[in-house]
Amino acid sequence: MHEQIARNKRRTFLMLLGFVALITIVAAAIVLLVGAGWVGVIIAFIIAMALAWGSYYNSDKIAIAASRAKPADETEYRRYHNLVEGLCIAAGLPKPRLYVVNDPAPNAFATGRNPKHAALAVTTGLLEVMNRVELEGVIAHELSHVKNYDILVTTIAVTAVGTIALISDIGLRFAFWGGMSDRRDSNGDSGPLGVVIAVASLAVLMLAPFAGYLMQMSMSRDREYLADASGVQLTRYPPGLISALEKLRDDHAVVHNATKATAQMWIEQPLETDPKKPGSKFNNLFDTHPPLEDRIKRLQEM
Amino acid sequence: MVAVIVVVVLVVLVLLFFWLGFNGLVRRRNQVDNAWSQIDVQLKRRHDLIPNLVETVKGYAAHERGTFEAVTNARANAINAQNPADQAQAENVLSGALKSLFAVAEAYPDLKANQNFLNLQEELTASEDKVAYARQFYNDSVLSYNTKIQQFPTVILAGMFNFDKREFFDAAPEDTATPQVQF
Repeated sequence: MHEQIARNKRRTFLMLLGFVALITIVAAAIVLLVGAGWVGVIIAFIIAMALAWGSYYNSDKIAIAASRAKPADETEYRRYHNLVEGLCIAAGLPKPRLYVVNDPAPNAFATGRNPKHAALAVTTGLLEVMNRVELEGVIAHELSHVKNYDILVTTIAVTAVGTIALISDIGLRFAFWGGMSDRRDSNGDSGPLGVVIAVASLAVLMLAPFAGYLMQMSMSRDREYLADASGVQLTRYPPGLISALEKLRDDHAVVHNATKATAQMWIEQPLETDPKKPGSKFNNLFDTHPPLEDRIKRLQEM
Repeated sequence: MVAVIVVVVLVVLVLLFFWLGFNGLVRRRNQVDNAWSQIDVQLKRRHDLIPNLVETVKGYAAHERGTFEAVTNARANAINAQNPADQAQAENVLSGALKSLFAVAEAYPDLKANQNFLNLQEELTASEDKVAYARQFYNDSVLSYNTKIQQFPTVILAGMFNFDKREFFDAAPEDTATPQVQF
Protein backbone atom coordinates (compact mmCIF):
# COMPACT_ATOMS: atom_id res chain seq x y z
CA MET A 1 0.00 0.00 0.00
CA HIS A 2 2.70 2.47 1.00
CA GLU A 3 4.82 1.60 -2.02
CA GLN A 4 1.85 2.24 -4.30
CA ILE A 5 1.26 5.64 -2.69
CA ALA A 6 4.92 6.66 -2.86
CA ARG A 7 5.26 5.53 -6.46
CA ASN A 8 2.13 7.40 -7.43
CA LYS A 9 3.34 10.66 -5.90
CA ARG A 10 6.64 10.29 -7.73
CA ARG A 11 4.79 9.80 -11.02
CA THR A 12 2.78 12.97 -10.44
CA PHE A 13 5.95 14.95 -9.78
CA LEU A 14 7.54 13.60 -12.96
CA MET A 15 4.39 14.39 -14.89
CA LEU A 16 4.47 17.99 -13.68
CA LEU A 17 8.12 18.20 -14.78
CA GLY A 18 6.95 16.82 -18.10
CA PHE A 19 4.47 19.67 -18.41
CA VAL A 20 7.19 22.22 -17.77
CA ALA A 21 9.36 20.55 -20.41
CA LEU A 22 6.50 20.53 -22.90
CA ILE A 23 5.81 24.23 -22.35
CA THR A 24 9.49 24.97 -22.87
CA ILE A 25 9.61 22.94 -26.10
CA VAL A 26 6.52 24.71 -27.44
CA ALA A 27 7.91 28.12 -26.54
CA ALA A 28 11.19 27.24 -28.22
CA ALA A 29 9.30 26.09 -31.32
CA ILE A 30 7.51 29.42 -31.52
CA VAL A 31 10.70 31.37 -31.11
CA LEU A 32 12.40 29.34 -33.83
CA LEU A 33 9.46 29.45 -36.19
CA VAL A 34 8.13 32.91 -35.81
CA GLY A 35 10.73 34.91 -34.04
CA ALA A 36 8.04 36.16 -31.69
CA GLY A 37 9.37 36.64 -28.24
CA TRP A 38 9.07 35.04 -24.85
CA VAL A 39 6.66 37.86 -24.05
CA GLY A 40 3.89 35.98 -25.82
CA VAL A 41 4.55 32.88 -23.77
CA ILE A 42 4.44 34.79 -20.54
CA ILE A 43 1.20 36.54 -21.45
CA ALA A 44 -0.39 33.24 -22.40
CA PHE A 45 0.79 31.70 -19.15
CA ILE A 46 -0.71 34.55 -17.14
CA ILE A 47 -4.04 34.24 -18.92
CA ALA A 48 -4.16 30.48 -18.43
CA MET A 49 -3.18 30.84 -14.81
CA ALA A 50 -5.79 33.50 -14.11
CA LEU A 51 -8.54 31.32 -15.59
CA ALA A 52 -7.43 28.14 -13.89
CA TRP A 53 -6.77 29.65 -10.49
CA GLY A 54 -10.04 31.53 -10.48
CA SER A 55 -11.86 28.24 -10.83
CA TYR A 56 -9.49 26.52 -8.36
CA TYR A 57 -10.12 29.08 -5.66
CA ASN A 58 -13.88 28.66 -5.92
CA SER A 59 -13.78 25.02 -6.89
CA ASP A 60 -16.06 23.93 -4.08
CA LYS A 61 -18.84 26.36 -4.99
CA ILE A 62 -18.56 25.82 -8.74
CA ALA A 63 -18.65 22.03 -8.56
CA ILE A 64 -21.62 22.00 -6.21
CA ALA A 65 -23.60 24.43 -8.37
CA ALA A 66 -22.77 22.57 -11.58
CA SER A 67 -24.11 19.29 -10.25
CA ARG A 68 -27.15 20.86 -8.53
CA ALA A 69 -26.15 19.34 -5.22
CA LYS A 70 -28.23 20.10 -2.14
CA PRO A 71 -26.86 20.29 1.41
CA ALA A 72 -27.29 16.97 3.23
CA ASP A 73 -29.56 17.31 6.24
CA GLU A 74 -27.94 15.89 9.38
CA THR A 75 -31.01 14.04 10.59
CA GLU A 76 -32.12 12.65 7.26
CA TYR A 77 -28.64 11.49 6.25
CA ARG A 78 -27.36 10.49 9.67
CA ARG A 79 -25.33 7.51 8.45
CA TYR A 80 -23.65 9.55 5.70
CA HIS A 81 -22.63 12.21 8.26
CA ASN A 82 -21.45 9.58 10.75
CA LEU A 83 -19.26 7.81 8.19
CA VAL A 84 -17.68 11.09 7.09
CA GLU A 85 -17.03 12.15 10.68
CA GLY A 86 -15.38 8.84 11.52
CA LEU A 87 -13.09 8.95 8.49
CA CYS A 88 -12.18 12.58 9.15
CA ILE A 89 -11.00 11.52 12.60
CA ALA A 90 -8.89 8.78 11.02
CA ALA A 91 -7.42 11.21 8.50
CA GLY A 92 -6.99 14.19 10.82
CA LEU A 93 -9.09 16.29 8.43
CA PRO A 94 -11.73 18.88 9.30
CA LYS A 95 -15.22 17.74 8.32
CA PRO A 96 -16.12 19.00 4.82
CA ARG A 97 -19.55 20.36 3.87
CA LEU A 98 -21.78 17.48 2.81
CA TYR A 99 -24.16 17.44 -0.16
CA VAL A 100 -26.53 15.07 -1.89
CA VAL A 101 -27.23 14.94 -5.63
CA ASN A 102 -30.66 13.66 -6.60
CA ASP A 103 -29.73 11.08 -9.23
CA PRO A 104 -30.33 7.32 -9.47
CA ALA A 105 -26.81 6.65 -10.82
CA PRO A 106 -24.43 5.74 -7.98
CA ASN A 107 -21.53 8.17 -7.86
CA ALA A 108 -19.70 10.63 -5.59
CA PHE A 109 -17.23 13.49 -5.79
CA ALA A 110 -15.09 15.69 -3.57
CA THR A 111 -13.81 19.15 -4.31
CA GLY A 112 -12.24 22.19 -2.64
CA ARG A 113 -8.93 24.02 -2.79
CA ASN A 114 -7.74 22.69 0.58
CA PRO A 115 -9.13 20.54 3.41
CA LYS A 116 -10.58 23.59 5.18
CA HIS A 117 -12.70 24.59 2.17
CA ALA A 118 -13.75 21.18 0.97
CA ALA A 119 -17.12 19.77 -0.06
CA LEU A 120 -18.24 16.21 -0.61
CA ALA A 121 -21.29 15.04 -2.56
CA VAL A 122 -22.94 11.64 -3.11
CA THR A 123 -25.88 10.73 -5.32
CA THR A 124 -29.10 9.34 -3.88
CA GLY A 125 -28.39 6.32 -6.08
CA LEU A 126 -25.13 5.66 -4.24
CA LEU A 127 -26.79 5.82 -0.82
CA GLU A 128 -29.37 3.31 -1.98
CA VAL A 129 -27.10 0.82 -3.69
CA MET A 130 -24.16 0.63 -1.27
CA ASN A 131 -24.10 -0.97 2.15
CA ARG A 132 -22.26 0.55 5.11
CA VAL A 133 -18.72 -0.69 4.42
CA GLU A 134 -19.00 0.00 0.69
CA LEU A 135 -20.25 3.55 1.31
CA GLU A 136 -17.38 4.00 3.76
CA GLY A 137 -14.88 2.86 1.10
CA VAL A 138 -16.24 5.36 -1.42
CA ILE A 139 -16.20 8.22 1.10
CA ALA A 140 -12.65 7.32 2.10
CA HIS A 141 -11.63 7.53 -1.57
CA GLU A 142 -13.21 10.96 -1.91
CA LEU A 143 -11.71 12.27 1.33
CA SER A 144 -8.32 11.10 0.07
CA HIS A 145 -8.72 13.39 -2.94
CA VAL A 146 -9.11 16.27 -0.46
CA LYS A 147 -6.21 15.10 1.70
CA ASN A 148 -3.89 14.68 -1.29
CA TYR A 149 -4.74 18.15 -2.57
CA ASP A 150 -5.84 16.66 -5.88
CA ILE A 151 -7.77 19.76 -6.88
CA LEU A 152 -4.52 21.70 -6.69
CA VAL A 153 -2.64 19.10 -8.71
CA THR A 154 -5.33 18.96 -11.38
CA THR A 155 -5.45 22.75 -11.56
CA ILE A 156 -1.72 22.90 -12.19
CA ALA A 157 -2.16 20.35 -14.97
CA VAL A 158 -5.08 22.26 -16.46
CA THR A 159 -3.08 25.51 -16.32
CA ALA A 160 -0.17 23.87 -18.10
CA VAL A 161 -2.37 22.38 -20.81
CA GLY A 162 -4.22 25.66 -21.19
CA THR A 163 -0.96 27.53 -21.62
CA ILE A 164 0.28 25.04 -24.16
CA ALA A 165 -2.96 25.24 -26.13
CA LEU A 166 -2.98 29.04 -26.08
CA ILE A 167 0.60 29.61 -27.15
CA SER A 168 0.49 26.84 -29.73
CA ASP A 169 -2.58 28.40 -31.23
CA ILE A 170 -1.07 31.89 -31.26
CA GLY A 171 2.20 30.55 -32.62
CA LEU A 172 0.48 28.74 -35.47
CA ARG A 173 -1.54 31.82 -36.40
CA PHE A 174 1.61 33.93 -36.43
CA ALA A 175 3.29 31.38 -38.60
CA PHE A 176 0.53 31.19 -41.20
CA TRP A 177 -0.51 34.80 -41.29
CA GLY A 178 2.49 36.71 -40.13
CA GLY A 179 5.12 34.89 -42.12
CA MET A 180 7.82 32.70 -40.77
CA SER A 181 11.17 33.99 -39.68
CA ASP A 182 13.66 33.55 -42.44
CA ARG A 183 17.01 32.00 -42.01
CA ARG A 184 18.99 33.08 -44.97
CA ASP A 185 22.64 32.47 -45.50
CA SER A 186 24.96 34.92 -47.21
CA ASN A 187 23.50 34.18 -50.68
CA GLY A 188 19.96 35.02 -49.57
CA ASP A 189 18.76 31.39 -49.70
CA SER A 190 17.09 29.77 -46.70
CA GLY A 191 19.01 26.57 -46.22
CA PRO A 192 17.61 23.05 -45.73
CA LEU A 193 18.18 23.35 -42.00
CA GLY A 194 15.76 26.25 -41.94
CA VAL A 195 13.09 24.11 -43.58
CA VAL A 196 13.65 21.26 -41.13
CA ILE A 197 13.40 23.57 -38.16
CA ALA A 198 10.27 25.18 -39.59
CA VAL A 199 8.57 21.83 -40.17
CA ALA A 200 9.60 20.51 -36.76
CA SER A 201 8.35 23.63 -35.06
CA LEU A 202 5.03 23.42 -36.90
CA ALA A 203 4.68 19.78 -35.89
CA VAL A 204 5.39 20.59 -32.25
CA LEU A 205 2.85 23.40 -32.25
CA MET A 206 0.15 21.24 -33.76
CA LEU A 207 0.74 18.18 -31.62
CA ALA A 208 1.64 19.78 -28.30
CA PRO A 209 -1.88 20.56 -27.08
CA PHE A 210 -2.88 16.99 -27.85
CA ALA A 211 0.15 15.62 -26.01
CA GLY A 212 -0.59 17.91 -23.10
CA TYR A 213 -4.17 16.68 -22.96
CA LEU A 214 -3.05 13.04 -22.95
CA MET A 215 -0.61 13.79 -20.14
CA GLN A 216 -3.36 15.46 -18.16
CA MET A 217 -5.63 12.44 -18.58
CA SER A 218 -2.79 10.12 -17.57
CA MET A 219 -2.18 12.14 -14.43
CA SER A 220 -5.88 12.14 -13.63
CA ARG A 221 -5.90 8.34 -13.81
CA ASP A 222 -2.83 8.17 -11.56
CA ARG A 223 -4.50 10.35 -8.94
CA GLU A 224 -7.51 8.04 -9.02
CA TYR A 225 -5.30 5.03 -8.22
CA LEU A 226 -3.69 7.10 -5.47
CA ALA A 227 -7.07 8.00 -4.00
CA ASP A 228 -8.02 4.31 -3.98
CA ALA A 229 -4.81 3.39 -2.12
CA SER A 230 -5.05 6.32 0.32
CA GLY A 231 -8.71 5.60 0.98
CA VAL A 232 -7.93 2.01 1.89
CA GLN A 233 -5.14 3.24 4.14
CA LEU A 234 -7.82 5.17 6.06
CA THR A 235 -10.33 2.35 6.42
CA ARG A 236 -7.68 -0.44 6.65
CA TYR A 237 -10.33 -2.52 4.87
CA PRO A 238 -9.82 -3.04 1.09
CA PRO A 239 -12.86 -5.34 0.66
CA GLY A 240 -15.17 -2.38 1.33
CA LEU A 241 -13.98 -0.32 -1.62
CA ILE A 242 -13.49 -3.43 -3.78
CA SER A 243 -17.11 -4.41 -3.25
CA ALA A 244 -18.25 -0.86 -4.03
CA LEU A 245 -16.23 -0.74 -7.26
CA GLU A 246 -17.62 -4.13 -8.28
CA LYS A 247 -21.14 -2.81 -7.79
CA LEU A 248 -20.26 0.26 -9.87
CA ARG A 249 -18.81 -1.94 -12.58
CA ASP A 250 -22.03 -3.91 -12.87
CA ASP A 251 -24.24 -0.83 -12.89
CA HIS A 252 -24.49 1.03 -16.19
CA ALA A 253 -26.51 4.12 -15.29
CA VAL A 254 -25.10 7.54 -16.12
CA VAL A 255 -25.20 10.69 -14.01
CA HIS A 256 -27.33 13.38 -15.68
CA ASN A 257 -25.72 16.51 -14.39
CA ALA A 258 -22.13 15.64 -15.25
CA THR A 259 -20.28 17.35 -18.06
CA LYS A 260 -16.87 16.80 -19.66
CA ALA A 261 -15.49 19.54 -17.46
CA THR A 262 -16.59 18.00 -14.19
CA ALA A 263 -16.05 14.41 -15.27
CA GLN A 264 -12.74 13.94 -13.53
CA MET A 265 -13.98 14.61 -10.02
CA TRP A 266 -16.46 11.76 -9.81
CA ILE A 267 -15.44 8.39 -8.42
CA GLU A 268 -16.53 6.66 -11.59
CA GLN A 269 -16.48 7.91 -15.18
CA PRO A 270 -19.89 9.63 -15.28
CA LEU A 271 -20.16 9.89 -19.06
CA GLU A 272 -21.18 7.09 -21.37
CA THR A 273 -18.32 4.69 -22.12
CA ASP A 274 -18.99 1.56 -24.11
CA PRO A 275 -16.46 -1.21 -23.42
CA LYS A 276 -17.32 -2.86 -26.74
CA LYS A 277 -16.24 0.14 -28.83
CA PRO A 278 -13.53 -0.79 -31.34
CA GLY A 279 -10.01 0.20 -30.37
CA SER A 280 -10.97 0.48 -26.72
CA LYS A 281 -7.34 0.37 -25.62
CA PHE A 282 -6.75 3.62 -27.51
CA ASN A 283 -9.91 5.17 -26.07
CA ASN A 284 -8.63 4.54 -22.56
CA LEU A 285 -6.01 7.23 -23.11
CA PHE A 286 -8.78 9.82 -23.06
CA ASP A 287 -10.42 8.58 -19.88
CA THR A 288 -10.13 10.58 -16.69
CA HIS A 289 -10.57 7.37 -14.70
CA PRO A 290 -8.80 4.02 -14.99
CA PRO A 291 -10.98 1.03 -15.93
CA LEU A 292 -12.83 -0.34 -12.90
CA GLU A 293 -11.39 -3.84 -13.48
CA ASP A 294 -7.84 -2.53 -13.13
CA ARG A 295 -8.70 -0.56 -9.99
CA ILE A 296 -10.28 -3.66 -8.44
CA LYS A 297 -7.23 -5.77 -9.34
CA ARG A 298 -4.81 -3.30 -7.75
CA LEU A 299 -6.84 -3.20 -4.55
CA GLN A 300 -7.01 -6.98 -4.39
CA GLU A 301 -3.22 -7.12 -4.55
CA MET A 302 -2.84 -5.12 -1.38
CA MET B 1 34.99 37.84 -0.35
CA VAL B 2 33.76 34.55 -1.75
CA ALA B 3 34.69 32.81 1.48
CA VAL B 4 32.47 35.21 3.45
CA ILE B 5 29.50 34.53 1.17
CA VAL B 6 29.99 30.77 1.48
CA VAL B 7 30.11 30.99 5.26
CA VAL B 8 26.98 33.15 5.37
CA VAL B 9 25.09 30.73 3.13
CA LEU B 10 26.15 27.78 5.27
CA VAL B 11 25.09 29.54 8.47
CA VAL B 12 21.70 30.38 6.92
CA LEU B 13 21.22 26.76 5.85
CA VAL B 14 22.03 25.47 9.33
CA LEU B 15 19.63 27.96 10.90
CA LEU B 16 16.91 26.94 8.43
CA PHE B 17 17.47 23.31 9.32
CA PHE B 18 17.12 24.07 13.02
CA TRP B 19 14.05 26.21 12.52
CA LEU B 20 12.14 23.92 10.15
CA GLY B 21 13.28 20.72 11.81
CA PHE B 22 12.35 21.88 15.30
CA ASN B 23 8.94 23.14 14.20
CA GLY B 24 8.26 19.90 12.39
CA LEU B 25 8.98 17.91 15.55
CA VAL B 26 6.79 20.21 17.65
CA ARG B 27 3.94 19.86 15.19
CA ARG B 28 4.13 16.08 15.21
CA ARG B 29 4.38 15.81 18.97
CA ASN B 30 1.37 18.08 19.42
CA GLN B 31 -0.56 16.00 16.95
CA VAL B 32 0.19 12.92 19.07
CA ASP B 33 -1.12 14.67 22.19
CA ASN B 34 -4.18 15.93 20.39
CA ALA B 35 -4.90 12.48 18.97
CA TRP B 36 -4.72 11.01 22.48
CA SER B 37 -7.31 13.49 23.75
CA GLN B 38 -9.49 12.69 20.75
CA ILE B 39 -9.77 9.09 21.93
CA ASP B 40 -11.14 10.30 25.25
CA VAL B 41 -13.60 12.61 23.50
CA GLN B 42 -15.01 9.71 21.49
CA LEU B 43 -15.15 7.39 24.50
CA LYS B 44 -17.05 9.99 26.49
CA ARG B 45 -19.48 10.42 23.61
CA ARG B 46 -20.16 6.71 23.75
CA HIS B 47 -20.74 6.88 27.51
CA ASP B 48 -23.28 9.66 27.02
CA LEU B 49 -25.31 7.64 24.51
CA ILE B 50 -25.73 4.62 26.76
CA PRO B 51 -28.31 5.73 29.41
CA ASN B 52 -30.75 6.65 26.64
CA LEU B 53 -30.24 3.26 25.02
CA VAL B 54 -30.79 1.38 28.28
CA GLU B 55 -34.05 3.27 28.97
CA THR B 56 -35.36 2.60 25.45
CA VAL B 57 -34.65 -1.13 25.67
CA LYS B 58 -36.11 -1.32 29.22
CA GLY B 59 -39.37 0.01 27.80
CA TYR B 60 -39.77 -3.19 25.78
CA ALA B 61 -37.71 -5.83 27.59
CA ALA B 62 -38.01 -4.92 31.25
CA HIS B 63 -37.15 -8.33 32.65
CA GLU B 64 -33.73 -8.61 30.97
CA ARG B 65 -32.27 -7.16 34.13
CA GLY B 66 -28.94 -8.98 34.03
CA THR B 67 -28.07 -7.46 30.67
CA PHE B 68 -28.97 -3.91 31.77
CA GLU B 69 -26.95 -4.17 34.92
CA ALA B 70 -23.94 -5.48 33.05
CA VAL B 71 -24.03 -2.47 30.74
CA THR B 72 -24.62 0.07 33.50
CA ASN B 73 -21.85 -1.34 35.70
CA ALA B 74 -19.40 -1.58 32.82
CA ARG B 75 -20.13 2.03 31.93
CA ALA B 76 -19.54 3.17 35.50
CA ASN B 77 -16.24 1.31 35.64
CA ALA B 78 -15.11 2.83 32.36
CA ILE B 79 -15.90 6.35 33.54
CA ASN B 80 -14.10 5.84 36.85
CA ALA B 81 -10.98 4.22 35.43
CA GLN B 82 -7.85 5.86 36.80
CA ASN B 83 -5.15 5.08 34.26
CA PRO B 84 -5.06 4.35 30.52
CA ALA B 85 -4.50 0.60 30.95
CA ASP B 86 -7.50 0.18 33.27
CA GLN B 87 -9.54 2.44 31.06
CA ALA B 88 -8.78 0.40 27.93
CA GLN B 89 -9.76 -2.79 29.74
CA ALA B 90 -12.98 -1.27 31.12
CA GLU B 91 -13.92 0.03 27.68
CA ASN B 92 -13.47 -3.47 26.23
CA VAL B 93 -15.77 -4.91 28.89
CA LEU B 94 -18.32 -2.21 28.05
CA SER B 95 -18.12 -3.08 24.33
CA GLY B 96 -18.83 -6.71 25.19
CA ALA B 97 -21.80 -5.75 27.40
CA LEU B 98 -23.24 -3.57 24.60
CA LYS B 99 -22.94 -6.43 22.13
CA SER B 100 -24.94 -8.63 24.52
CA LEU B 101 -27.58 -5.92 24.89
CA PHE B 102 -28.02 -5.64 21.11
CA ALA B 103 -28.14 -9.42 20.81
CA VAL B 104 -30.93 -9.52 23.42
CA ALA B 105 -32.83 -6.80 21.54
CA GLU B 106 -32.96 -9.08 18.49
CA ALA B 107 -35.67 -11.13 20.21
CA TYR B 108 -38.07 -8.17 20.54
CA PRO B 109 -39.56 -7.18 17.13
CA ASP B 110 -41.41 -4.16 18.58
CA LEU B 111 -38.15 -2.84 19.91
CA LYS B 112 -36.37 -3.40 16.61
CA ALA B 113 -39.06 -1.36 14.84
CA ASN B 114 -38.75 1.53 17.30
CA GLN B 115 -37.22 4.52 15.49
CA ASN B 116 -35.51 5.77 18.61
CA PHE B 117 -33.83 2.41 19.11
CA LEU B 118 -32.70 2.29 15.48
CA ASN B 119 -31.22 5.78 15.72
CA LEU B 120 -29.38 4.85 18.91
CA GLN B 121 -28.08 1.68 17.31
CA GLU B 122 -26.71 3.69 14.39
CA GLU B 123 -25.20 6.25 16.76
CA LEU B 124 -23.53 3.58 18.89
CA THR B 125 -22.13 1.77 15.87
CA ALA B 126 -20.78 5.07 14.61
CA SER B 127 -19.42 5.77 18.07
CA GLU B 128 -17.53 2.46 18.17
CA ASP B 129 -16.14 3.26 14.72
CA LYS B 130 -15.03 6.71 15.86
CA VAL B 131 -13.26 5.30 18.91
CA ALA B 132 -11.47 2.83 16.64
CA TYR B 133 -10.53 5.56 14.15
CA ALA B 134 -9.35 7.84 16.95
CA ARG B 135 -7.04 5.08 18.18
CA GLN B 136 -5.87 4.43 14.63
CA PHE B 137 -5.10 8.11 14.13
CA TYR B 138 -3.26 8.20 17.45
CA ASN B 139 -1.10 5.26 16.37
CA ASP B 140 -0.47 6.82 12.96
CA SER B 141 0.58 10.06 14.66
CA VAL B 142 2.90 8.18 17.03
CA LEU B 143 4.42 6.33 14.08
CA SER B 144 5.07 9.57 12.20
CA TYR B 145 6.56 11.26 15.28
CA ASN B 146 8.73 8.32 16.37
CA THR B 147 10.05 7.85 12.84
CA LYS B 148 10.96 11.52 12.55
CA ILE B 149 12.86 11.65 15.84
CA GLN B 150 14.84 8.56 14.86
CA GLN B 151 15.66 9.56 11.29
CA PHE B 152 18.77 11.45 10.31
CA PRO B 153 19.23 14.44 10.50
CA THR B 154 16.28 15.28 12.79
CA VAL B 155 17.65 12.78 15.30
CA ILE B 156 20.23 15.43 16.24
CA LEU B 157 17.52 17.96 17.09
CA ALA B 158 15.51 15.35 18.95
CA GLY B 159 18.43 14.60 21.22
CA MET B 160 19.25 18.25 21.79
CA PHE B 161 15.72 19.29 22.72
CA ASN B 162 14.50 16.15 24.48
CA PHE B 163 11.90 14.89 22.06
CA ASP B 164 11.14 11.48 23.50
CA LYS B 165 9.62 8.40 21.94
CA ARG B 166 5.90 7.88 22.45
CA GLU B 167 4.09 4.59 23.08
CA PHE B 168 1.62 3.04 20.68
CA PHE B 169 -1.89 2.22 21.83
CA ASP B 170 -2.05 -1.55 22.16
CA ALA B 171 -5.23 -3.59 22.21
CA ALA B 172 -5.42 -5.32 25.60
CA PRO B 173 -5.17 -9.14 25.45
CA GLU B 174 -8.87 -9.38 26.38
CA ASP B 175 -9.73 -7.37 23.28
CA THR B 176 -8.18 -9.82 20.87
CA ALA B 177 -10.19 -12.67 22.36
CA THR B 178 -13.65 -13.22 20.86
CA PRO B 179 -16.21 -11.43 23.05
CA GLN B 180 -18.65 -13.78 24.80
CA VAL B 181 -22.26 -12.88 24.21
CA GLN B 182 -24.48 -13.79 27.18
CA PHE B 183 -28.17 -14.36 26.57
